[in-house]
Amino acid sequence: MPPILEIRGLEARVDDKPILRGIDLTVNPGEVHAIMGPNGSGKSTLAQVLAGRETYAVTAGEVHYLGADLLTRAPEERAREGLFLAFQYPVEIAGVSNVYLLKAALNAARRHRGEPELDAMDFLALVRGKLKAMEMPEDLIYRSVNEGFSGGEKKRNEILQMALLEPKLAILDEADSGLDIDALQVVARGINALRAPGRAMIVVTHYQRLLDYVVPDFVHVLSQGRIVRSGGKELALELESRGYGWIDDAAPAAVRAQ
Amino acid sequence: MDTDTTHIDELISREYAHGFVTDIEADSVPPGLSEDVIRLISAKKNEPPFMLEWRLDAYRHWLTMREPDWSSIGHPPIDYQDIVYYSAPKAKKDGPKSLDEVDPELLRVYEKLGVPLKEREALAGVAVDAVFDSVSVGTTFKSRLAELGIIFCAFSEAVQEHPELVRQYLGSVVPRGDNFFAALNSAVFTDGSFCYIPKGVRCPMELSTYFRINAKDSGQFERTLIIADEGAYVSYLEGCTAPMRDENQLHAAVVELVALERAHIKYSTVQNWYPGDRDGKGGIYNFVTKRGDCRGAHSHIAWTQVETGSAITWKYPSCILRGDNSVGTFHSVALTNHRQQADTGTKMIHIGRNTRSTIVSKGISAGRGSNAYRGLVKVLKTAEGARNYTQCDSLLVGDRCAAHTFPYIEVRNPTAKVEHEASTSRIGEEQLFYCRQRGLSAEDAVSMIVNGFCKEVFKELPMEFAVEAQKLLGVSLEGSVG
Ligand SMILES: Nc1ncnc2c1ncn2[C@@H]1O[C@H](COP(=O)(O)OP(=O)(O)OP(=O)(O)O)[C@@H](O)[C@H]1O
Ligand SMILES: [Mg+2]
Repeated sequence: MPPILEIRGLEARVDDKPILRGIDLTVNPGEVHAIMGPNGSGKSTLAQVLAGRETYAVTAGEVHYLGADLLTRAPEERAREGLFLAFQYPVEIAGVSNVYLLKAALNAARRHRGEPELDAMDFLALVRGKLKAMEMPEDLIYRSVNEGFSGGEKKRNEILQMALLEPKLAILDEADSGLDIDALQVVARGINALRAPGRAMIVVTHYQRLLDYVVPDFVHVLSQGRIVRSGGKELALELESRGYGWIDDAAPAAVRAQ
Repeated sequence: MDTDTTHIDELISREYAHGFVTDIEADSVPPGLSEDVIRLISAKKNEPPFMLEWRLDAYRHWLTMREPDWSSIGHPPIDYQDIVYYSAPKAKKDGPKSLDEVDPELLRVYEKLGVPLKEREALAGVAVDAVFDSVSVGTTFKSRLAELGIIFCAFSEAVQEHPELVRQYLGSVVPRGDNFFAALNSAVFTDGSFCYIPKGVRCPMELSTYFRINAKDSGQFERTLIIADEGAYVSYLEGCTAPMRDENQLHAAVVELVALERAHIKYSTVQNWYPGDRDGKGGIYNFVTKRGDCRGAHSHIAWTQVETGSAITWKYPSCILRGDNSVGTFHSVALTNHRQQADTGTKMIHIGRNTRSTIVSKGISAGRGSNAYRGLVKVLKTAEGARNYTQCDSLLVGDRCAAHTFPYIEVRNPTAKVEHEASTSRIGEEQLFYCRQRGLSAEDAVSMIVNGFCKEVFKELPMEFAVEAQKLLGVSLEGSVG
């Protein structure tokens, strides 16, 4: 099977400030890649660039998603093609009910695939099932999108959306931050439920505790806009005990010089 | 982030769909205003002497008045001698006796606007009075309404057929000299709708007037008078459009509502006059006086408005809560885009005991639009136990638009309770990106957010109108994605 995602020499900047400085990464079907790295190293930027955020200008490199060029496509096209980003900071949208957004999102993807839109009854049945799995009370979907949600509720809501949309590539940007121990398990279960041979995931996290539940096939360390180290799941354990200091020492000289 | 601003701007750029001009022969008086012009208008309409006197009185009063300058709007001076005060599509013989005799060209205009006037094709459950420039060109379902004793006709017809009602109520809510524009309207108003619902009758269909400005340089000065007698109910809708022209055109209407004991009047407006182009060239100046008088105990007047058009909107639909236990409500959505300006709101005057009022105002500013809410809640000494709740929300699209809120509260009775809540939010690039990441197009995302913002007001509109209003906001915010 061809890779789901292929990133070659990706560079991106914001306001002339380089943030991604040459990223190479290949993600095959069925794989889970964890991306770790210090604050400000560019993890969220990479996630946002893949999702099509226009704030960041791509200045070099190319990205192929399911064999086709990704970077020329609008964010909504990428989404409808099965690329999902769980945001590190989900935004609040006053006045728009969560369930309305969920339904609009699902039907946009279904239309794109040439499938009929789900009617209200079928949709509700589907959502109720997912809510249960996420241990979320039903009233959360009738509230305005993320408005007044607690930190943990916001994160669960992202995973709920993912569960409903069943993406081919899910990019989870710190899906675990701010979660209590029980919530962490629920979120991890939600993520694992979606693991399948045809799908792939990129899991951005700072902590081994998520990777205890969602065991990655590969771990990459991002530092100053480059992947400076890649390995198996044991790399995360090593980072947990030793921090990022030893990696920086091992980083290419050019990176260290800046 | 300049790119984000342009992106949102493109989203909200709009095409005005009703901008066509109809080539129809018109009977107009030359531009300018004088006692002679007023006499001419009155003669053309074959009015009884009391009407002419009324107009001349208003005119003389108007001459002593000055254009108001207290609102937050700005515009170049209006030359009142440059306006055509009467323009009517030329009638074949003596003017249409029934809808079958209406010029087919005119019927096509209304069809194109989505307001079919032929009763067979007409919207089920909506009776329409169509006003083209200065005159009413036809009213549907008239005879069916007459069976219930309901009078629904052109204002000029009411002057002929029901002079006693007109005489009794005209100017009883908005006096001739009330304000500059109301005085002007009283002097030169040409047509509009008249409606009387007799005691205890619940009007079985929505009554509606559709206003269309077509002629160049003409102003539209219509007058609407609705009277709901004791225990009567009526829901009335008003829609408006105008062609795209580079010149500004003046629209100065007066609407008077009278609700007697236990009567209930719902008055809904979807205003979509031509707003002018991107740079603020052209468009309608919409200076309107709308006021309802809850004259009887337990009466209820509800104003609902969706204002998306006009270069300048200046209007404050108000309620005088005279009857004990009477209720006034005001629900408003006002959208300004590009260089549009809106200064709108309401006045709730509590006079009777236990009178209640609710104000929900939603202002949306986009482009370089400017939107002001101006509201007065006045509780007189007599208004024991009066209650008001005001909620005033502003939504900004992009970062070059403006929103202002001016609540005025005057309370002279210590038992009154007045509550005011206000909020401002902005549709930012972050929200749009979030929605697009979920597969929604940017247009859909904006209209979803805007509709969510307006939902409390839309649910006050009659069904057909709610759909129309949603579409209208959609069109107003439509554009290409950059
Ligand atoms: N819109 C922006 N404008 C200016 N600088 C930005 C912008 N977005 C990101 N940056 C900068 O780019 C760098 C990388 O940010 P990014 O959010 O990708 O880091 P991160 O690895 O996700 O960090 P964290 O672990 O704290 O979430 C930071 O220095 C940040 O300040
Ligand atoms: Mg981050």
